[in-house]
Amino acid sequence: MNTKIEVLQQRVPVFKKAGKVNQAWKTIKRYRALLLMILPGMIYLIINNYLPMFGVVIAFKDINYRKGIFGSEWTGLKNFEFLFKTSDAWVITRNTILYNGFFILINLALAVAVAILLNEMRNRFLSRFYQSVILLPYLISMVIVAYLGLAMLNVENGFLNRHILPLLGLDPISWYTEPKYWPFILTIVNVWKQVGYLCIIFLAAIVGIDNEYYEAAMLDGANKWQQIRKITIPLLTPIITIMAILSIGRIFYSDFGLFYQVPLNSGILQPTTDVIDTYVYRSLITLGDVGMSSAAGFYQSVVGLVLVLISNLIIRRKSPDQALF
Amino acid sequence: MKSNYLNQYLVNLIFILLACASIFPFVLLIMASFTDQKVIINSGYSLFPEDFSLDAYKYLLKSFSSIMHAYGLTVIITVVGTVLGLAISTMLAYPLSRNDMPLRKVLSFLVLFTLLFNGGLVPTYLMYTEYFHIKNTIWALILPGLLTNGFYILLVRSFFSTSIPAAIIESAYIDGAAEFKIFYRIVLPLSMPILATIGLMLGISYWNDWFNGLIYVTNSDLFSIQNLLNRMINDIQFIQSNSSFVSAQQAESIPSESVRMAIAVIGIIPILVAYPFFQKFFVKGLTLGAVKG
Repeated sequence: MNTKIEVLQQRVPVFKKAGKVNQAWKTIKRYRALLLMILPGMIYLIINNYLPMFGVVIAFKDINYRKGIFGSEWTGLKNFEFLFKTSDAWVITRNTILYNGFFILINLALAVAVAILLNEMRNRFLSRFYQSVILLPYLISMVIVAYLGLAMLNVENGFLNRHILPLLGLDPISWYTEPKYWPFILTIVNVWKQVGYLCIIFLAAIVGIDNEYYEAAMLDGANKWQQIRKITIPLLTPIITIMAILSIGRIFYSDFGLFYQVPLNSGILQPTTDVIDTYVYRSLITLGDVGMSSAAGFYQSVVGLVLVLISNLIIRRKSPDQALF
Repeated sequence: MKSNYLNQYLVNLIFILLACASIFPFVLLIMASFTDQKVIINSGYSLFPEDFSLDAYKYLLKSFSSIMHAYGLTVIITVVGTVLGLAISTMLAYPLSRNDMPLRKVLSFLVLFTLLFNGGLVPTYLMYTEYFHIKNTIWALILPGLLTNGFYILLVRSFFSTSIPAAIIESAYIDGAAEFKIFYRIVLPLSMPILATIGLMLGISYWNDWFNGLIYVTNSDLFSIQNLLNRMINDIQFIQSNSSFVSAQQAESIPSESVRMAIAVIGIIPILVAYPFFQKFFVKGLTLGAVKG
């Protein structure tokens, strides 16, 4: 690395006060090919990511399409007043935080457990086979997951109502009209889809643990359970912490597909399935209420940014290598 | 010495159960696609249907053109999106990986910042529809997902800067090779593992994408396979909750349950078929991302 810096720095003349423009021009000329290469990507990011960032001002405007986004009248905080006057703001905030908070806990716990178990498999081939199978749900689109859900939960002929509940002597349940079941259903679907993916990350960390620790522990007569508790889990703690903090930083953002597709976008289920993302989508696309949806979106972006910054600050204190910036 | 593994029967048993839980819904789906519609209605979804039937697939063959249309479109957007996305992200990542690149830190931060803050759905939607007019064009299915994740760019960047020796680039430069030539003749061929991984991630995200179609496309000629499936499931919901307003004709136009399941099966087949081949890259990509994250 060092040689590269040295050699290349010799070619880049150090800027001097006189002829600064000239030097800058030389640098541009020398790097014109590289600058040209980043151009498409940068233009794309400016359009796709940076322009909408300025577009968040829509939340303070009364959008009139004829006047355009930037020509529309300012309305101050009116959109926010409307949003927070309804009970919606409270419901979607509560749902978003409770769901995502619970998902973080349960996903991390299960993924670590599965990763430890995978590492206990002596047969490498079988281990890889199981790993592939439990990763499969992660690769499937949420639309397909909604179909799978329907096959399980359909009122008249779903697998649960037809085969499982009668077996237990229970009456069929109208799953898609009963909000109270959905916290469980969504949690199960989320775990089913995500754990296979998360456990791969932890498995990589476990494989990286030096075997000498375990050999020494065995010499001291530690059993497997003690080894897991006293060696594996403590050594995994840093990565578990990082993953947890990163997820907490994104707790205001939900998996839109999960909350939109799996409950089949059902209005009756909204009290327990509506999160900020689905609310923003519905207000914008279904109801066409730009004011309300942009206010909710702004609320999400800003709180989301603050949470990401805080979580990054914590990570930087704990382990600077893992920090985003 | 005592074996240092947990009881293998127990571990295997746990994983057999987990594996069954993972694939059970898929099996149910595939079985339903091979079941006669009447059997599904009378005795419900089942792992061992009473009657095996190919009717759903025969029906699909009959309405071949509309489904093939969506299928073909999905293939096109997946290929175009993946190739374009890969080209743009590697071209952006390479200069950022070069220590001598002017403004490298600032430019990297511009990429990073897109991970921290975004304008959200409303401004993005209004910008794309009001200023770029991509609504109901094929671009709506390609452009918004091009660099799905600024994170990939940072991943490729760190691969370039750690795995490609600076001396190689340097000597090629001294030999008079142009920057662009160095990039595609030396850097890219040395970076196949990361290119395969990122390409795979992009490919899966395009194949599985239904969100862009949902918000930007209303013209059914531009439905990807996912959007077709999405539309069908919404129609069923609509009919079930508004049965009194829906005419018999409308209800009839909805494909039967076994047909819907057959289309869903077709939608996951490419992933199921390709999965064993790309699994290695995929796992690698995930672990790379996590460690460097």
